[in-house]
Amino acid sequence: MLEAKDLACERGGVRLFTGLGFSVGAGALLRVKGPNGSGKTSLLRTLAGLSRPASGSIRWRDRERGDDFRREMLFIGHAAGLSEDLTVLENLNFALELSGAKRPLEKTKAALELFGLERVARMPARFLSQGQRRRAALARLALSAEVPLWLLDEPFAALDAEALEQLSRLATAHLARGGLVVLTSHQEVAIAAPATETVVLQA
Amino acid sequence: MSGFALLVGRDLRIALRRRGDALNVVVFFVVASSLFALGVGPEPKLLAAMGAGVVWVAALLAAMLSLPRMFAADFADGTLEQLLVAPRPLLGVVAAKISSHWLMTGLPLTLIAPLLGLQYHLPASALGTLLVSLVIGTPVLSMLGAAGAALTLGARGGGVLLGLLLLPLYVPVLVFGAGAVIAVQNGLDPGAHLSLLGAFLAVSSVVGPLAAMAALRIALD
Amino acid sequence: MIFNYAAPQAFYPIAGRMIPWFGVAAAVLAVAGLYVAFLVAPTDATQGEAYRIIFIHVPAAWMSMFIYLVMAFWAAAGLVLNTRLSGMMASALAPTGAMFTFLALWTGSLWGKPTWGTWWAWDARMTSELILLFLYLGFIALKGAFADPQRADRAGAVLALLGAVNVPIIYFSVVWWNTLHQGASVSLTRAPSMAMTMLVGMLLMALAAWMYSIAVSLARLRRIIRAREGDAEWIRLSTGKRNPR
Repeated sequence: MLEAKDLACERGGVRLFTGLGFSVGAGALLRVKGPNGSGKTSLLRTLAGLSRPASGSIRWRDRERGDDFRREMLFIGHAAGLSEDLTVLENLNFALELSGAKRPLEKTKAALELFGLERVARMPARFLSQGQRRRAALARLALSAEVPLWLLDEPFAALDAEALEQLSRLATAHLARGGLVVLTSHQEVAIAAPATETVVLQA
Repeated sequence: MSGFALLVGRDLRIALRRRGDALNVVVFFVVASSLFALGVGPEPKLLAAMGAGVVWVAALLAAMLSLPRMFAADFADGTLEQLLVAPRPLLGVVAAKISSHWLMTGLPLTLIAPLLGLQYHLPASALGTLLVSLVIGTPVLSMLGAAGAALTLGARGGGVLLGLLLLPLYVPVLVFGAGAVIAVQNGLDPGAHLSLLGAFLAVSSVVGPLAAMAALRIALD
Repeated sequence: MIFNYAAPQAFYPIAGRMIPWFGVAAAVLAVAGLYVAFLVAPTDATQGEAYRIIFIHVPAAWMSMFIYLVMAFWAAAGLVLNTRLSGMMASALAPTGAMFTFLALWTGSLWGKPTWGTWWAWDARMTSELILLFLYLGFIALKGAFADPQRADRAGAVLALLGAVNVPIIYFSVVWWNTLHQGASVSLTRAPSMAMTMLVGMLLMALAAWMYSIAVSLARLRRIIRAREGDAEWIRLSTGKRNPR
């Protein structure tokens, strides 16, 4: 479903990697590993369409990525994507509506509960700790079953054991449904996948 | 909900929670225009001759000072990134941002301006033209301003750099806007000025958002 | 789409070979132009000898506008074709363009003093040149505000295009403003009625300025290429020394 051919990325005039290729189908987990500065985030942002690759091509469902690609993809980057002045609930609702997936209140509350955020649901995001912000950003995954491609940049960072477990469960369920998960990570976290591919980037 | 309404609604909600920001723009407008009077003295004829220009320049500066807020906060907290990967047309996102900025800056400035005009002894007919010129002209400030704000995201030099980039581009708005009011003060018809201002509005509504879109993609590359 | 000479590496030696030719052309044309300006063109009836400064002022003004358009062109090319060299060319042109704008303003002022008694008058041409100077300075400032050269090139390109589209509108608005407020006033920089020799003189000086601009911009371009590609092997081989970056 997701295919990259001869991909090369450049950042600030430095060639990060060249000749990268992979092909993953439904139910596959793609792990991107590598030391800091090797281009893991750049690769993910290129897959998401934020960055233009220096060369090479990326294909989704055997076609050039078009407008419909963004409808079938979600990207959660380093930054939490939360507005400081809006409450956790408002932020989650905005993220969902932005991607066209408005949900009833019980569902969004349940998603926040999954990540232990029900107590801070009506607090402005500025009062949250790092870990809570991370969890708030990830909560939308519990409500994004119909989005096939998940691109997650360091999703495990700043998470406690319970949240790690929760995320792992969500990812596993998504893969079982035939979804695709691409993630970068330093840590080894168990995610049961029908198929796993690994990309290792050198510094 | 349409993307436009969603985004404008969010911006307004945030602005309401940061009431200070929106108020600052208006306060700066009043303070800046008063400074000119303090600088040149209270002689009514002199002030009346300067008034249109002063109010317009103060409006330009006030609009410019509030521009970094258009994208900077969203850029810093990762929301801008999400806006670009969302299945929404980028033009719609930019249009929403421009509209929010105008609602929080251009509109208040336009409403307060006649009061400042009175301080500068502008006659009633001129005040009406001042209002109209600002209604047509302030959206231009937001549209070109969006391009400037997007270009300078994450750049060293902040607000001063933005000023250096935008003020030359704002010259036509200033000339036609203030010119319309001065024309009325001289007993002439402001029609030509206002039409030219309208034409510049039309051009800016194409050029500004396009440049802003390109600049946003570049900033998030 | 990569053109053969669009790679900085390929163009660097070519630029080096071109510079002396343009330098010589500039010198020859400048001598010819100055000869016409000072020895051939007749003394002006009303302005005397002081008017001869237009042989520098007018070509400088022409070049300031021409270079802005060329700069915007290269910026656009870099944006569309994604070639590094185009963005570098735009950066190389900007200081020369700004210099000519400043020269036009300075010579305009020098002309104004003996002729009309003021160092500065807000007439249409001088005011437009002033705003053009601001546009150049803004472009240079934006280019210098980013650590990432690619980001700087692309942001600068968008700004240059935005400026290029607005320049005719700005010029029109300044002319409008000027006729509005001054009615029947003298333009500080209105050229005296042109004898053929005067036109020839100005054209020669303009061509000289053009050749000079190309030579200087190519030299600056080489400096930019060295700075940006500093660690590359080919730089060491061609310059015979390691770039201390």
